[in-house]
Amino acid sequence: MSNWYRYASPVNLYPLASRMIPWFAIPAAILLAVGLYVGLFVAPTDFQQGDVYRVLFIHVPAAWMGMMLYVLMALYAAIGWAWNARASSMMASSLSVTGALFTFLSLITGGLWGKPTWGTWWVWDARTTSTLILLFLYVGFISLQSAIDDRRRADRAGAVLALVGMINVPIIYFSVQWWNTLHQGATIRIASATTTMAAPMLAAWMIMLAACWFYSVAVVLGRLCCIISDREHVEVVR
Amino acid sequence: MKAASHLVMFRWLLRRELILAWRRKSDVMSMLAFFVIIASLFPLGVDPDSRLLRNIAPGVVWFSALLASMLGLGSLFSSDYTDGTLEQMWISPQPRILIVAGKILVQCLSTGIPLVLISPLLALQFGLSLSEMRLLAVSLLTGIPVLHLIGSIGSALTIGVRGGGLVVALIVLPLCVPVLVFGAGRNVPLVGAVLALTLVFAPWAAASALGIVVED
Repeated sequence: MSNWYRYASPVNLYPLASRMIPWFAIPAAILLAVGLYVGLFVAPTDFQQGDVYRVLFIHVPAAWMGMMLYVLMALYAAIGWAWNARASSMMASSLSVTGALFTFLSLITGGLWGKPTWGTWWVWDARTTSTLILLFLYVGFISLQSAIDDRRRADRAGAVLALVGMINVPIIYFSVQWWNTLHQGATIRIASATTTMAAPMLAAWMIMLAACWFYSVAVVLGRLCCIISDREHVEVVR
Repeated sequence: MKAASHLVMFRWLLRRELILAWRRKSDVMSMLAFFVIIASLFPLGVDPDSRLLRNIAPGVVWFSALLASMLGLGSLFSSDYTDGTLEQMWISPQPRILIVAGKILVQCLSTGIPLVLISPLLALQFGLSLSEMRLLAVSLLTGIPVLHLIGSIGSALTIGVRGGGLVVALIVLPLCVPVLVFGAGRNVPLVGAVLALTLVFAPWAAASALGIVVED
């Protein structure tokens, strides 16, 4: 057990992280191919929405990843701050970019789905708006970290911001929901179709979610290696 | 004995900060002018229709207050940091959270109160009734401390940072969404709830953020 602690040092972590990348990148590619095949060809056409709903096979996993990666980022940042673990802080910086990317992707695909389904690119409903604000929180984190030259200070400052953001996310969601019901009356709600979902649809979702997870781990580890070699001057040898 | 010494320090800090704020009256005046100008230019950008203006008035006033409160954030800690005062306060035996809380309190008093006092003038421009005006002022009075509390975290995190003014806005504005929504919705109890919650964690977070800079 105790020898795991040696990976808390970025220099020791680098070889492990770089070796792990293919173990996640290859399954990610396979899962993505299978998931897209099942989602685009096997899953039946939705009788209400037609084929448009298929963009949700990207949209829903992306939205989940956006939220989960924020929690993960805050966790890594907090560990890095509390125990002065540089590797953990580097993980947080690495996660922030992928998290922001997924949040952005979920907003874009949401618009692409919303235009034919709801007749509008954008609605100010609680979920959409709080996802947008989540993207702003990511942007704030990234811009704060890139504005500070001293890397250790950037790590700690990012940790404070990520934790404050964590406290705020539920309040933001609640406030937007309250604002929405106050100003707009009844809003469009996604019907809870989970119980009547066809098996291939559910399978496609699960495979796509797994693909997103594997992709995230591979990309985050790749970026982590870049950050380590940048900050610790590690020789890039495999 | 210990509590008494905290009180002495806190009183000293409040006096010092108030004197400093008094000597920088022009900062407050420019902030107020900014607030009034933003809110007054807003109707020119939309429509002179009085019904529309009455509807959007609380949102416009709140939004202007949010932007105006961003202005003072740059100088909240950085001037004390550059002249070394902050470091001296930091090595004093008194709790740091008290130092931060005192500075935020004076910031609220010196810039928040004038803002609330001038808000009825804007409410008149937008044709709000007396009761609406009062509600708006009360919601501002409850909500502006939240803006300063959250802002103090951003201000502490961005001391001496390249392009600090822009970064502080980027990190503080999204965090101010709840208070903007509740404040512009004039739901004073919910603004109060947000204030209570922010009071718990913001001074702590700001003190931690200052610690990162000062102890480095």
